Amino acid sequence: MADVQPIVKVEGLNAWFGDVHAVKGITIDFLPNTVTALIGPSGCGKSTFIRCLNRLHEEIEGASASGRVVVENNDIYGAGVDPVRIRRKIGMVFQKANPFPGLSIFENVAAGLKLAGIRRRSLLQDVVRRSLEGAALWDEVKDKLHQPGTSLSGGQQQRLCIARALAVEPPVILMDEPTSALDPISTAKIEELMLSLKRRTTVIIVTHNLQQAARISERTAFFLLGEMVEFGDTTQVFTVPKQKKTEQYITGRFG
Amino acid sequence: MPDVNTDLGHLKELAQNKFRSFGKEIHKPDRNFLWFLRIVASAVIACLLSVGLFLLLKAWPALYHTGLRFLYTNTWDPVGDVYGALPVVFGTLLSSFLALILSVPLSLGIALFVSELAPRRLARFVSFTVEMLAAIPSVVYGLWGIFVLAPWLRTVVEPFLGTYFGFLPFFQGPPYGVGMLAASLILAVMITPTISSIAREIFRAVPSNYREAALALGATRWEMIRLSVLSASWSGVLGAVVLGLGRALGETMAVTMVIGNRADISLSLFSPGQSMASVIANEYVEATSDIHLAALAEVGLLLFAVTFLVNSGARLIVLRLKTKGGGR
Repeated sequence: MADVQPIVKVEGLNAWFGDVHAVKGITIDFLPNTVTALIGPSGCGKSTFIRCLNRLHEEIEGASASGRVVVENNDIYGAGVDPVRIRRKIGMVFQKANPFPGLSIFENVAAGLKLAGIRRRSLLQDVVRRSLEGAALWDEVKDKLHQPGTSLSGGQQQRLCIARALAVEPPVILMDEPTSALDPISTAKIEELMLSLKRRTTVIIVTHNLQQAARISERTAFFLLGEMVEFGDTTQVFTVPKQKKTEQYITGRFG
Repeated sequence: MPDVNTDLGHLKELAQNKFRSFGKEIHKPDRNFLWFLRIVASAVIACLLSVGLFLLLKAWPALYHTGLRFLYTNTWDPVGDVYGALPVVFGTLLSSFLALILSVPLSLGIALFVSELAPRRLARFVSFTVEMLAAIPSVVYGLWGIFVLAPWLRTVVEPFLGTYFGFLPFFQGPPYGVGMLAASLILAVMITPTISSIAREIFRAVPSNYREAALALGATRWEMIRLSVLSASWSGVLGAVVLGLGRALGETMAVTMVIGNRADISLSLFSPGQSMASVIANEYVEATSDIHLAALAEVGLLLFAVTFLVNSGARLIVLRLKTKGGGR
């Protein structure tokens, strides 16, 4: 593992909501083709942190961020970097499934490609199929690609959102509690999917579900009050945590 | 297993009984309140019916006198007792339609600016200012139309349009100032606050996670608006436009003051016209013959019917689009 270059390197990342310092000097890296879980109690800054990794955080009025985030050797907070281009390269899946209203399943998956200016029908059809297969949704929707995305069930909608993110082949996918609104069966499907996603991309996932973090991730970071308390191999963090706070959190003493 | 089933059946029965008695057993204050609501609700329907009935009674002599010719002849001559409502229907529809063409892009632009782009303070200021437009009385708009808008149209806008676009039938003839163009412009200003404030609320109601979906995919502002905001809200926007149209169709005072008051059908926007509302307002006081009064009541009945049809037609469209899954 030692000679693998990280795909995302974060150095001294700070984020604010107005005067509130929500993320405090985080330094961490993410290795390619792995799943990294970010855990911690509500309000610990982990969601804000991953929203800084595609510069979505700054879209909230009054929010700001500073530091270095290097994705594939480019500092996305560098001078003159266009956040729109950054977001085209980094996928994101949200807590609540949010397919575009009024767009069909097909159009939803093709949306990212269309934004990138790709219009060729045959290419779009190819990519839509591959992305839906990648999100383990193709068999369920192949006969109704032109129905609205919102007509699917909650779990299907979330997988549709994953397919939408996959379509542009992002090197990194951010997931902000992707299963917290889903039933156990849909959750299991998506966890299985995340394990298979590792082959094509790198997954950074925020989760409240500690078992989920233990099941799917190679490495785990524990956040508390805007700081990163501990970061290491998942087995180590969950079995022999180095910090007292981590141990208290994973054994359920707070949070 | 069968035990569980009978257990469930038993529970279901229990729940149904509970529910049934719950439905029947209305507490006394609730019953009074229910009656109060029933009376209020039927009062609205009674009002609507009585207005329609009143108009029908008053219009009866003219209905009898002119028959169906009222609807399709285009001479309105109270002196000769000839009443054809086509010019005033034309005036109402044309001025309202033009007002919509002018106002809808403007209103939606304002609403998008306020809900999606402007910083909060500026947004509040702009919304407040636009809403103040709705607070100006109609007659004040009329005065402004006569003293500011009409002279400006007569000396600047209409000569310009006539010179450069005079090949179109809409911009021919002498520039009067007052006329169809002035009426449409005033209407456009008057319905802008209605359309923009409703559209703004509809845009704001779009959940922010739709917006984030677009942004996270690398959408620009405009693409985000198109993908997430407009596609989620256009049936509501259509409703907002219909409310604006309803207001334009019935607007009386300001239109009467600037439309020019001549019951002619002319394609030229420079020429004076007359709308259903303005002909009633203009002639009701001076009408001497019974048949003239009845004809005006008939115009009123027609206006009532037209607004009713436009509103219910539009509502039907909105409903149909909604069930098709266009937006939610």
